[in-house]
Amino acid sequence: MHLKYESQLREPLVNGDKNYHQVTEDIVRPIEAKPPRLWYIGFFTAVALLMFGVYSVYRDVTYGIGQWNLNKTIGWGWDITNFVWWVGIGHAGTLISAILLLFRQGWRTGVNRAAEAMTIFAVMCAGQFPIFHMGRVWMAFFVLPYPNTRGPLWVNFNSPLLWDVFAISTYFTVSLLFWYSGLIPDFGTIRDRAFTKLRKRLYGIASFGWSGSTKHWQRHESLSLVLAGLSTPLVLSVHTIVSFDFATSVIPGWHTTIFPPYFVAGAIFSGFAMTQTLLLVVRKVFGLQDYITMGHIEAMNKVIVLTGSIVGVAYLTELFMGWYSQNKYEGYTFWYSRAYLFSPYGWSYWGMMACNVLSPQIFWFRKMRRNLFVTFFMSIIVNIGMWFERFVIIVTSLYRDYLPSSWSVYYSPTIWEVGFYAGTFGLFFTCFFLFAKYFPVIAIAEIKYVLKTTGENYKAKMTPIEEQSLEHFAHEQAHH
Amino acid sequence: MAKKKFVVGCFDDEAVLFPAVKKVRTAGYKIHDVYTPFAVHGLDHALGIRETSLHTAGFIYGITGTTTALSGISWILAKDWPLNFGGKPHFALPAWIPITFELTVLFSAVGMVLTFCYLCQIAPFVKKHHFHPRATDDLFVMVIECTDKTNVDDLRSFLHSNGAVETDVQVAETGWWLGRYDKDEMPFETKQAVVA
Repeated sequence: MHLKYESQLREPLVNGDKNYHQVTEDIVRPIEAKPPRLWYIGFFTAVALLMFGVYSVYRDVTYGIGQWNLNKTIGWGWDITNFVWWVGIGHAGTLISAILLLFRQGWRTGVNRAAEAMTIFAVMCAGQFPIFHMGRVWMAFFVLPYPNTRGPLWVNFNSPLLWDVFAISTYFTVSLLFWYSGLIPDFGTIRDRAFTKLRKRLYGIASFGWSGSTKHWQRHESLSLVLAGLSTPLVLSVHTIVSFDFATSVIPGWHTTIFPPYFVAGAIFSGFAMTQTLLLVVRKVFGLQDYITMGHIEAMNKVIVLTGSIVGVAYLTELFMGWYSQNKYEGYTFWYSRAYLFSPYGWSYWGMMACNVLSPQIFWFRKMRRNLFVTFFMSIIVNIGMWFERFVIIVTSLYRDYLPSSWSVYYSPTIWEVGFYAGTFGLFFTCFFLFAKYFPVIAIAEIKYVLKTTGENYKAKMTPIEEQSLEHFAHEQAHH
Repeated sequence: MAKKKFVVGCFDDEAVLFPAVKKVRTAGYKIHDVYTPFAVHGLDHALGIRETSLHTAGFIYGITGTTTALSGISWILAKDWPLNFGGKPHFALPAWIPITFELTVLFSAVGMVLTFCYLCQIAPFVKKHHFHPRATDDLFVMVIECTDKTNVDDLRSFLHSNGAVETDVQVAETGWWLGRYDKDEMPFETKQAVVA
């Protein structure tokens, strides 16, 4: 008897001959085994990058951000570009875990855990940039509204920059809670099969004493569903609010009503690309090809081509409005500073177009969507393109203001600006390597939940169900 | 909490578990709990557990967040220290919507997770008695509470005849205590010895 039935036409989400125990074995094995050599190489490279970043930031704090090459018109440069880029990357995780849960997309179960972890680490990296851009970072707590002895002088709740403080911190907190509440049962699984004392003790603490009681599972399901419902508008609000940082200003190139949906689509686009980069490596290094299947990769590539095309439409709309508004300043920004290839920053605009709009169109072909090399290559290209997008938006709108005497063309970052950016890569990958080693990278309990519907060996047994007469089939299914 | 005597039956398939739950309940036994490695849908109804009200708590936390944000911001910007931002109204409701929304979500999410932990009595350093180590791996563990009248052997064979792959009798503490999972400890055991 099958409790649930899913058509054999749908690709299995778990390949191979699996049962519940085998799922546990496969996913927990990397945690219990010594990590492969590649892990050590990757981890220590990441730590080295992180150290360089820490040194760069130490210099920023000691000497001030004057050591960056920001100038009179380009007040936001690499720092805010990197901030928006990282926040964007941090969108895929919650999209996968929340929105796809509400839309009942079965394939999310294989990739949600790693994508949520990626979200949390990306938001951690993003937060560094505005905080250190403040300059006197020891006064960063001034952004919080608390009764103080300076008046009390409150923060400006009407400012998009303060909305950002609330949006990013809420997003981080809620993503962390969502991620960790899903991890608790899986930590319980690791704890109960641990054979070393230290592992038993530490995973015992991390599992909060989880027992798997039916009532607890019922509450857990309710919690996940409501958190998903809350995170869905949250994830859309976060990049909307980030886009307000620009859209509520009156700078030509920023003063655009299309920004919120355009930023959200771009965020999902880059987030999925980063998820692909990480998961392709993780599935290979830890041998999880049965759980992160070609079907998963193809599904994510479909999201990439969709969101990439939405972003493309947004670029074209901006260009159109630059002409249609007949506003000279808008026209200058869009048609000269950006779209004219031989303007000082034209290369960045066309780099963005090539990476974000043109190249992802390759994913209209099924063969390309299911090609690991193409997917990996494209995932890197998309993230380069999305970095260019933020650079284009920020720098090409700023480098020529209304006063030609203060025009500046040659903004190039100093080694410490680059070092700060490299450092966040270090932070991100250090966290991710630790996660991949010590945490279940795939949600064990959720895979078990869908195993009997979508596991390859279980699907194979559904032929007799599908061969029944229509009336009988409908009658049977009506009972489930 | 106190120690109680339980009969434990382990099932390896949820399709066997469901009819067994039904039969055990019809036979009049009191199921203490069923421990499963993942959320088995419908099991809560089969056990006669009522729906959780956690989402209602989440709603209440959410509107608390909304109220906190709106009352806080309006008091600050319109009453406590009305600053003139470019001649705009002090009570600028549309501009407060983003933060109001964020605080609604934040309060609701944090409140719900804390309530979840409280209701399930789970927290770091908390330890509980687990009836079977494979309950978090691949076994569905049905735990039946014994009374004075329960015939343990009958119950075990009843469970076996209904598809249990393994049965067991355990005397266990049902509550939680602060403990470590790398040490085998049974709290209150010494206390019981003193009483005896």
